[in-house]
Amino acid sequence: MPFDPSQLQIPFELIVFIVMTVFTIGGALGVVFSPNLFHSALYLIVSLFGVAGYYALLSAGFLAVVQLMVYIGAIAILILFAIMFSRRLMGLGEGQSNRQWWISLPVAVLLGAVLIGVAISVQWPVTDVAPTEDSVLQLGLAFLGSYLIPFEVVSILLSVALIGAIFLAREKTDVEEAQS
Amino acid sequence: MAIPLSCWLGVSAALFSIGVYGALSRRNAIGILMGIELVLNAVNINLVAFWRYIAPTDISGQVFAIIVITVAAAEAAVGLAIVIAVYRRRHSAVVDDLDILKN
Repeated sequence: MPFDPSQLQIPFELIVFIVMTVFTIGGALGVVFSPNLFHSALYLIVSLFGVAGYYALLSAGFLAVVQLMVYIGAIAILILFAIMFSRRLMGLGEGQSNRQWWISLPVAVLLGAVLIGVAISVQWPVTDVAPTEDSVLQLGLAFLGSYLIPFEVVSILLSVALIGAIFLAREKTDVEEAQS
Repeated sequence: MAIPLSCWLGVSAALFSIGVYGALSRRNAIGILMGIELVLNAVNINLVAFWRYIAPTDISGQVFAIIVITVAAAEAAVGLAIVIAVYRRRHSAVVDDLDILKN
């Protein structure tokens, strides 16, 4: 009798979920425990990619694209640039953990245990309703409708952050240095 | 939906606590920033999972997630600018060395 893969009762979503969990959690562990900060930033990209896969699996396709473009394309690359700015920023040859790491480890483990316990024990009011097909359209209408003011506030926040980052990170000219 | 909601929440809780550990235990300011990025991602997974499983007809969950991503981008830009400014002045990005306000 020939092997028929459709008889295997493992749903496709579950396989994707497990693969993305390996990416996300494994990448996050690499970010936290890697001794080289540059490798940490590369692991961060792996972890962010896993989260983008989660969004696609949760049928939020637009968010998956936003995650890829904003998080991986902008934030992770920005962090990589900041690390490559100097060799000493990579922290090679010195310990990466501070003196309190042995306190933070049980605190983090306890926090995770409590959160997972709550997530499992509570009966969530789950519905079986399928999400709307045109969720991108709904998203655009929401941003220019009921969420117009948060949208505009976020735009102003981005402009302020952009100007502030340029002001903080730019090199001072000789004239300014002499005045200060 | 083959995956129960608690699986999503469990993965998100694990990511959150890994990020908290990174933010608490790193000596380098950029390492702390990366831990905070992990925490914000865990929050976003929760928002989108709750949207999908509890209120899929209401788009608010995705709107919140996009606003969180935007604020995270602003936070990373300003945070890295501060790290670079501090590094240029003190030649160190280790947060233990930054104690001028103590004296």
